[in-house]
Amino acid sequence: MKNLSLRELNLGLSNKKFSSEELTKFFLNEIKTSNPKINAFITVDEEKSLQQAKDADKRISQNDMNELTGIPIAQKDIFCAKGWKTTCASKMLDNFYAPYDSKVIELFNQHGAINLGKTNMDEFAMGSSNETSYYGEVRNPWNLDYVPGGSSGGSAAAVASGMAPAATATDTGGSIRQPASLCGLTGLKPTYGLVSRFGMIAFASSLDQAGPIAKSAEDCALMLKVMAAHDERDSTSIKHNVPDYLKNLDSPINGKTIGLPKEFFNDDLNQDIKVILEQVIDSYQKIGVNFKEISLPNSHLSIPVYYVIAPAEASSNLSRYDGVKFGYRAEEFKDLEEMYLKTREQGFGDEVKRRILVGTYVLSAGYYDAYYLKAQKIRRLIANDFKNAFNECDLILAPSCPSTAFKIGDKTEDPVAMYMQDMYTISTNLAGLPAISSPAGFLNKMPVGFQLIGNYFDEATILNFTHQYQQITDWHQKTPEADV
Amino acid sequence: MSWDIVIGIETHVQLTTQTKIFSGASTAFGMPANENACLVSLAYPGTLPVLNKEAVKKAIKFGLAVNADIAEYSVFARKNYFYPDLPKGYQISQFELPVVNNGFLTIGDNKKIRILRAHLEEDAGKSVHGILNNQTGIDLNRAGTPLLEIVTEPDMSSAQEAIAYAKKLHNLVQWIGVCDGNMQEGSFRCDVNVSVKPSGSEKLGTRREIKNLNSFRNMEQAINYEVNWQIEQLEDGNEIIQSTVLFNPDTGETKAMRSKEEANDYRYFPDPDLLPLKINQEDIDDIKSSLGELPEASIKKLIEDFKLNNADASIITSNKQTYEFFQSLISEGLDPKITANWIVVNLFAKLNDNELSIEESPINKNQFVLLIRRIMDKTISNNAAKKIFDLLWEDSHADVDQSIEVLGLKQVSDSSTILPFVQEVIANNQAMVEQFKSGKDKAFNALVGQVMKLSKGKANPGQVSEILKDELNKA
Repeated sequence: MKNLSLRELNLGLSNKKFSSEELTKFFLNEIKTSNPKINAFITVDEEKSLQQAKDADKRISQNDMNELTGIPIAQKDIFCAKGWKTTCASKMLDNFYAPYDSKVIELFNQHGAINLGKTNMDEFAMGSSNETSYYGEVRNPWNLDYVPGGSSGGSAAAVASGMAPAATATDTGGSIRQPASLCGLTGLKPTYGLVSRFGMIAFASSLDQAGPIAKSAEDCALMLKVMAAHDERDSTSIKHNVPDYLKNLDSPINGKTIGLPKEFFNDDLNQDIKVILEQVIDSYQKIGVNFKEISLPNSHLSIPVYYVIAPAEASSNLSRYDGVKFGYRAEEFKDLEEMYLKTREQGFGDEVKRRILVGTYVLSAGYYDAYYLKAQKIRRLIANDFKNAFNECDLILAPSCPSTAFKIGDKTEDPVAMYMQDMYTISTNLAGLPAISSPAGFLNKMPVGFQLIGNYFDEATILNFTHQYQQITDWHQKTPEADV
Repeated sequence: MSWDIVIGIETHVQLTTQTKIFSGASTAFGMPANENACLVSLAYPGTLPVLNKEAVKKAIKFGLAVNADIAEYSVFARKNYFYPDLPKGYQISQFELPVVNNGFLTIGDNKKIRILRAHLEEDAGKSVHGILNNQTGIDLNRAGTPLLEIVTEPDMSSAQEAIAYAKKLHNLVQWIGVCDGNMQEGSFRCDVNVSVKPSGSEKLGTRREIKNLNSFRNMEQAINYEVNWQIEQLEDGNEIIQSTVLFNPDTGETKAMRSKEEANDYRYFPDPDLLPLKINQEDIDDIKSSLGELPEASIKKLIEDFKLNNADASIITSNKQTYEFFQSLISEGLDPKITANWIVVNLFAKLNDNELSIEESPINKNQFVLLIRRIMDKTISNNAAKKIFDLLWEDSHADVDQSIEVLGLKQVSDSSTILPFVQEVIANNQAMVEQFKSGKDKAFNALVGQVMKLSKGKANPGQVSEILKDELNKA
């Protein structure tokens, strides 16, 4: 069961090869075995999961079944799930049990999927290594001394280690694609507005977007089919007819064009990763895809712009954690102000505090125009760059990350070095575009990924291209157990 | 030295929507604490705001009623500050781009008070002190109630003008149905910015903002106190420090609560959870067509079409219910002047004495119509009508015609009955007759009085005058 695709699991369930209960127990058992060393899950609740499995089995026996019915899915601990502890990996929410379901959880429940547990992450999704979690760092299944990437490190590590068939994740600056890349998985960040943010704990509202981390483009297509839905409870959710992402996977792509941004393929790009990307280009050329140099002239501004906008929004989004209504409250204080100060001092970790400070600063009177307003203007320019680029090509190919996974502790003292992890992913968040990371090879036994960026709502094309690549390569089928 | 007073007013108007501005929670007043605090009101992690379109419609309605521009594009922003009754740690408001711009209201003799802007925002909750041993409770029922904040230019130059504006606004927002106007419950809250400057000076003085004004009487008292205080300070050579002051209704004084130096930096920025608010002309036209007649037009109609005087017209349009009541009476064919007089003098006196609104009046409309009809057809005199009115006030089931009979109030209008009374009075009051003849008009009224007395008040005074005049000429 461990390495089966979602489609194979679905077949197994519908052919009664195994029940959802058996399947769920299998993965719960995998978690028991592997989680102590990997730390991918914050909360596992066997009773709840198994109850869902029993309900799913009932549905299956009544032939009331769709693609995900009975299949256990790991849920990033950023999604509120009714009755489940939902922490966002923060001490601030260590005692928080969500009283309602997020839209994403609701959709998986409706499909009869099993909530396998809540995965570890960087605190409030702020980080690129999963080292900022209040619940301790997550380890990369390919080498336990290495980080899995972040912020969805728990989701990636859970899937890569075979503890879960697939997982949900969120991506604000690369938090799906970077851990997918570092763990040898396929991770898709959809167009902003495609997946509802209702019930997804906010980091930076204009950038946050949920998506899947899974073993293949096909699995991602299946997951996205479930997750993408208009939701009136999220004002930024866009009314969009969701296509059947599975249907297009096999469409031929010969004659299509992929753009190569010259700003990404320059001397700054790690030479070893460049070699791997050239192999990817080679593979695509073999099946008739054309390549063309394009330009994203403002892409070098992505990181500074992001580190103005994201912290600004975060500083405001995180104001609600004040000890008054829910979550952590300092035990001793002499007045209201001290309650605020101590609660937030004790409840937030360093990275979260750093971003709240930066965000507060850039929004302050006298600095707003120079930072926040300027950043918004550049954000528009970055989006325009992509718009122009898509006049010349169907998709854009880019590195996923500047390097393979690094050692735990390597970058914790250097926030800027950590921020550079997202240099190839952030611009698509700023533009609101969809992008995927797919496995493309290994360097020193650690996975390397490549990124395909598409036009708005063109997830189907992205998944199609990625699937076609995965039909002629087997990087996505490698597992740490078999291949390390 | 003489001083100019400069006043601007910011009014928070609670919009009468069923649900909150960014969630489906009820806005009902007076519920048990936190009964209306849904997950959005509580700012639970993951919750998001969804704009209530009714609130937008009401904002547009107000904008149209004050001849303002309705912004095609306006933006919700976050106003960030920490306070326990502000669950998200920010208030969603409009900052740079409000929904309503550049309107005006007129007061008094056509003085224009310019309305700079009106913007939508959410109300905060309430802190409840002293319920638990030394702890403060938070009631978030009000958190998220839709508000329209209406900001004037500093166009008022006296407490009277400020009150006139506030009353006019208060009437208008109720008239067009966007606010219930209840000041005690905080549905209509005015903050008044006051400054003074040497007479004729171009340069505005430093202002202080008075808060906590929950009645027009308080407002007037507070402004007068504040103006005198500021003049005194300046005349003593002191400087005014820009600050927010609270009015204490017990002492009648204003007192600074915080100065500008300690003011928050609210770090406004556009709320990324909400799309910009786009309003198209079609929506505006729809609302415009449902706006109905506004108080200004109603006053004009009363004066021009019904020939009422300015004072009566103003009173009848002081709220929509009275105006509608008046109109419903006129539509029954009643004389506008008599009807207006009866509403303004008799009905309002009773309502005021009993602290009732016109909707709470115990007199039913049909009785009121019949009563006025009996005045018009001269069945009863105005004085007799007052007696019936008192009766109706006490007993809403009383029958007008029957009461006239029972009380014997029927007016005598036929001259054959009145003539003997007139002749008797002339015969018995020769001295007064002489006085009248020598040109003293007062004597005539006294003679009428005598006739009325003799008829036990039943004679029609008009008839009496005519017959008396005729008889005096003969005598």
